[in-house]
Amino acid sequence: MRSMLNCNVAIVGGGTAGLALATALRQQGVDDVVVLERDVEAGGVPRHCGHYPFGIRELKRVLKGPDYARALIEKAVAAGVDIRTGVSVTALHPNGRLSLNTVEGNVELQANRVALCTGVRESSRAQRFLSGSRPQGVLTTGALQAMVYLNGKRPFKRPVILGSELVSFSSIMTCRHGGMRPIAMVEEGPRITVRSFMRPYAALKGVPLFTSASNLRIHGHQQVEAISFANRHGVTQTIETDGVIISGQFRPEAALLHASHLEVDAGTGGPVIDQFGRATDPSYFVTGNLLRPVETSGWCWHEAVETATRLARDLRDPIGDVPFVTLKSADPVIRFVVPQRLSQTIVEGGMSQMQLRVNEPVSGHLTATTNGRTLLTEFIDSRPERRILAGMPPMHRLGSSQTVELKILRQGNRPKN
Amino acid sequence: MPEPETQTEVFDVAIIGAGVVGCAMARRFTLDGAKVVVLEKAAEVLDGASKANSAILHTGFDAPPGSIEQACIATGYAEYLEIREGLGLPVLKTGAMVLAWDDAQLARLPELVEKAHLNGVLDVEMRSREDLLKAEPALSPHLKGGFVVPSEYVIDPWATAHAYILQAIANGAELCRNAEVLGGAYDGEKWILDVASGQVKAKQVINCAGLYGDVIDERLLGQASFSIKPRKGQFVVFDKPASELVGAVMLPVPTKTTKGVVIFRTIFGNLAVGPTAEEQESRTDASTEAASLHELRAKGIEMLPALAEFEVTTVYAGLRPATEHQDYQISQHEARRYVSVSGIRSTGLSAALGIARHVADLNVGVAFQGAPIKKPICPAPDRLSNYHTRDWENAGHGGIICHCELVTKREILAALNGPMAPTTLQGLKRRTRATMGRCQGFYCTGALSSLTEGYLDPPIGERDA
Repeated sequence: MRSMLNCNVAIVGGGTAGLALATALRQQGVDDVVVLERDVEAGGVPRHCGHYPFGIRELKRVLKGPDYARALIEKAVAAGVDIRTGVSVTALHPNGRLSLNTVEGNVELQANRVALCTGVRESSRAQRFLSGSRPQGVLTTGALQAMVYLNGKRPFKRPVILGSELVSFSSIMTCRHGGMRPIAMVEEGPRITVRSFMRPYAALKGVPLFTSASNLRIHGHQQVEAISFANRHGVTQTIETDGVIISGQFRPEAALLHASHLEVDAGTGGPVIDQFGRATDPSYFVTGNLLRPVETSGWCWHEAVETATRLARDLRDPIGDVPFVTLKSADPVIRFVVPQRLSQTIVEGGMSQMQLRVNEPVSGHLTATTNGRTLLTEFIDSRPERRILAGMPPMHRLGSSQTVELKILRQGNRPKN
Repeated sequence: MPEPETQTEVFDVAIIGAGVVGCAMARRFTLDGAKVVVLEKAAEVLDGASKANSAILHTGFDAPPGSIEQACIATGYAEYLEIREGLGLPVLKTGAMVLAWDDAQLARLPELVEKAHLNGVLDVEMRSREDLLKAEPALSPHLKGGFVVPSEYVIDPWATAHAYILQAIANGAELCRNAEVLGGAYDGEKWILDVASGQVKAKQVINCAGLYGDVIDERLLGQASFSIKPRKGQFVVFDKPASELVGAVMLPVPTKTTKGVVIFRTIFGNLAVGPTAEEQESRTDASTEAASLHELRAKGIEMLPALAEFEVTTVYAGLRPATEHQDYQISQHEARRYVSVSGIRSTGLSAALGIARHVADLNVGVAFQGAPIKKPICPAPDRLSNYHTRDWENAGHGGIICHCELVTKREILAALNGPMAPTTLQGLKRRTRATMGRCQGFYCTGALSSLTEGYLDPPIGERDA
């Protein structure tokens, strides 16, 4: 560990974002880039997604998750990235100092820049406040995948899938691979969350779908025995099953942030960042799904490559602490916006778009205003769990404002320009 | 674990139930020289009422003066602090505050302070609203007033009972799990107990069956003088950073039936809100209810507004073995050498050592096979306190398996291969905290399923044939 006591860039998390960032940094001539991965192998979530399609945009190939993870590791190693596995970061300190733990004990690491790439995880059964008993056999998709693809284990045989996000559908593939047969997909919303073109997939696989399910309840003493819910007509339906897959409702893996000096955004659950991807301590950058739940690996890869350019330039010519304007949702429908602040600097090359999500289906004009002035207006038509991209408020029009407020003016309520 | 059918020896004492009271009882009688057998119905110890509680070591300031409960809490509390270092049990001296949120509650405070003093908890003192808010600035400004109970602690509820039973085992006691007592008879010299897989003989029986206290009395004595009325308590546990919001345990002004909803730090570093108090028939149904959990969370936020910003880590529910009586139901049946220890409703963790001593004192003059053990063996405990050194901080831990709770491979293997090895995932969780953190097993279940292969029944997952 002695060589790790100092490094130029320390990347926390060796999943898609961390590996892509590290590789791109090396390719841009940044020396001494170390990836710190707590697991026994780098690769992150794709390691246990034993299905297609990964890598289309970034590798121009269609790969299964584990092959994709291997390809990213190979590229990183070839580019000269130092990947350290079995290293847990236990604390983040100001100015790029990290506390690490390995089998050899604790050690401190000082980096010129730290990049946080700790990704996302699914919400647990407990976090969803599900009713019922607490038997064995209730797992998130991630836990199921790790069991099936990395450990050759099967926790149940005929599970019910809770949720209808993209990951919920990938759990069907995981089940098939592990010799399990999902017997139902249950969604609390009125329609499935994933884009509608995915819907035939469930039908194709012969998994009945129940939407508008309420009063979900898990039954069973030692192992799951059934799940019950009120269906769209308010009638209680009980499905006998030996397992429940709790899928989706991703949230950033922000444990380190919560215990640190860095500011956390209530909307995303991830760190507050500026248009360069810098956290509230300018020695910390953030990229990938830690920014917000949740995007595909391909998206995270691209985000990381762009962050690499910004980080490399910041090493050469630091932006440092500068005044900033806060970007904030002034509309309960807007769940979050990334970035959460705009640093006021002449340095260019920041993100050109903001990312937003909404809490409910909405159609209208997104407006950004400050001190009564409208900075931009864009038409959006979206649903929850869909990515929304909008132009960044123009820096030259911010003036001396402290806050830019975002609202959605519904159809028939057109904004005045 | 010995098979009951092979037991030909006559034990001095058979203890029925390995909850915290049974574990403390086993320790007490073993150290007093008795040859003890503990008969536990479940596959793991602490499978009933002791599975889930608020993990507070109470002073007993609010117990009914003159009750057996108050006496047992007082002696149990004192003995805990006396022995806990030797047993390697961590404590966190948080102190507690009893808080009034309206004028009616405010008016009751003086009588409660007086009661505390009557109970010998003399450091209980009234505080002004301003003083309380100064000490605990995160509390809602709607606070009316309250008093402090400086000597309350939070402890590890599982390691505590494990330490008792492990010390009993290390000094000669035997633990039989999956050993439900189905019936039995006293032949004038000894009890012959029909256990799930055979017979166990003992000169004396102590019923510490908790939620099944009345059932065991009925099976062995033919009748019970009380009936168990299970009272469910649900809890919401918040993520670790929330624990920085408060120092003390926040107690409401109690009512006749319940201590009310408490906000407390856990020794594992979380902040919890609970319990509810719901009477029910079932002795096994510890379901959580979405509506109650939302209410608990709201209640927590009402008292501690900043709590709204923190994630929930987990939820749980426990069953308290209340009876129709207010006090503990401890009764001795001398002719048949039988003691029933029942109705240990919600203070069992604090009182267990005191209850054990109380029962041991009922037996003065009874000879055991051995002499009192002067220098008992103290087995190595599970060290899971967030406020003390953990295994991961020491080299050679073999890698961290559960990243949220920083549980190491070395710890998990030690538990799986140690004395009283867990045979279920539940048991392993209580011994190591694996999967009990904020991700609830998202990251570590896979690795854990391999690491525990061959140890747990049911296993976390089955391998394809």
